[in-house]
Amino acid sequence: MNINFKHEWIETNIGLMAVLTMLAISVGGLVEIAPLFFIDKTIEKVEGVRPYTPLEQRGRDIYQREGCYTCHSQMIRPFRDEKLRYGHYSLAAESQYDHPFQWGSKRTGPDLARVGGKYSNEWHVQHLVAPRSMVPESVMPNYPWLLSTPLDISDTAARMKALRKVGVPYSQTQAEYDANVAKFGETVARQLHIPDAQKNLVEQANFGNYDGDRSGISEMDALVAYLQVLGTMVDFSKYADDAFVETR
Amino acid sequence: MSEQKLQSQTVQTTGHAWDGDLQEYNNPLPVWWVYTFYATVIFAIVYWTIYPSWPFGKGWIGGVSNITYVNSEGETKTHSWNTRALLMEDMNKAAVAQKPYFDKVSAMSYEQIAKDPDMSGFILSSGKALFADNCAPCHQAGGQGVVGFFPNLTDDDWLYGGSFDTIHETLMGGRRGYMPTFSEVLSGEQIDQLANYVASLSGVDHDAGKAAAGEVLFHSETAACYYCHTNNGTGRKDMGAPNLTDNIWLWADVPAAGGAGGKVAAIRSVIANGLNKGVMPAWAGRLSPEQIKVLTVYVHELGGGQ
Repeated sequence: MNINFKHEWIETNIGLMAVLTMLAISVGGLVEIAPLFFIDKTIEKVEGVRPYTPLEQRGRDIYQREGCYTCHSQMIRPFRDEKLRYGHYSLAAESQYDHPFQWGSKRTGPDLARVGGKYSNEWHVQHLVAPRSMVPESVMPNYPWLLSTPLDISDTAARMKALRKVGVPYSQTQAEYDANVAKFGETVARQLHIPDAQKNLVEQANFGNYDGDRSGISEMDALVAYLQVLGTMVDFSKYADDAFVETR
Repeated sequence: MSEQKLQSQTVQTTGHAWDGDLQEYNNPLPVWWVYTFYATVIFAIVYWTIYPSWPFGKGWIGGVSNITYVNSEGETKTHSWNTRALLMEDMNKAAVAQKPYFDKVSAMSYEQIAKDPDMSGFILSSGKALFADNCAPCHQAGGQGVVGFFPNLTDDDWLYGGSFDTIHETLMGGRRGYMPTFSEVLSGEQIDQLANYVASLSGVDHDAGKAAAGEVLFHSETAACYYCHTNNGTGRKDMGAPNLTDNIWLWADVPAAGGAGGKVAAIRSVIANGLNKGVMPAWAGRLSPEQIKVLTVYVHELGGGQ
């Protein structure tokens, strides 16, 4: 079969040219993105990673609202200096429930991917209110209103529903709840149940008392709860130090 | 002028003609550009051969470049090049360089390390870096602490003990300070009396009459201060209950408080509100046993070690 191809057809037919141009430029994206959906090691298989509890998720919303990501990354790269300072490099699996992810590429302050458990709650509270009272050379702004602003918990369930739409396994029905029990265990599954969102949030905030003030739930409670869980979900002592070499 | 120049050149056209006579020159690419382009194609093929490149099935082509490293289980492994394997190799190299020192740290006792001049240098430099990364945010760069929040590590006053072993225990497991809220149990008058008594123990200006009443309360079952702070107020290190007689203040900022009334008021506030802070995180798991041992000696040698 001899197709008498003429370049002139494309050049004189703007519709055909637009379609072919689009095809040509999508190749670059497709060859980089599409295979990730078929490679079975894209997201490492590790235990412990779960969606955020309602309180942590509200803290994450505040983290984004205040623009913490403009100065803090959440991505420890596999370099020796980063391992020594921040700990184990970040895994893709660890941000699988993050929408949007907070990896970042700009560090004015330190990376926060594993800040959970590194400092006490009271340090975080004092440091967020007045950073220079804890770290004299810090250039971080003060966030005193976090302590004095009560956390708006009225739309907690709606926020979780929105995340459920983009794939976070928060449960709405009994069947989804049961699936979460099987996947994450009962304690975690309860926290992920949307109908109980507000109750769970209040319970965690009262029990954890993250801001050191029992009189109410402040935005500080939520933000500190979020910071204290960052990077703590995977227990790396269960894995050999080269367990994740295979997955890249 | 440009028209003349164009006419004088013989240039191929694409052969298209629009509107009867509108034609398009076809200037071939410069030779250097064409060969550079071919060179980049060859470079890409070489690169794909050496490094991980194309997706293949459920995995990808790893490339011929390999990295060999030893993992924490002591197994020697070879893996196609990637940054995670590269990190393993890098950590191996660093571990080899530091091994003589860390082996010594593991083998020697705290006292031996502190006395050995060669090791002291290593502790000072590696301990300083570890301290700056992990401890300084709370205890400050020089270990001087923050009054009201985090204890001073450079003096010889210790909440939980300043021996090598207790410092090590503190680092491994962390600490959690606690003092009950007395405003619910005692009257304002009683708290005032206790505050004056505590002030008297350290020789801070106080009301002697109130202090005498406070002394009785201190040893009574009503307030039961002596449970943790002991009968003579010197505290119990196993509970982290501070010595009240040494005029060193962590929770109540007595030295900075203005006047006699202010100083007693600072103490009063701590008794009334209690403490549910003084939390130190546990470092076991976050730092290696050798790193924690280095930090133990470093903190001990900050000046206050016992």
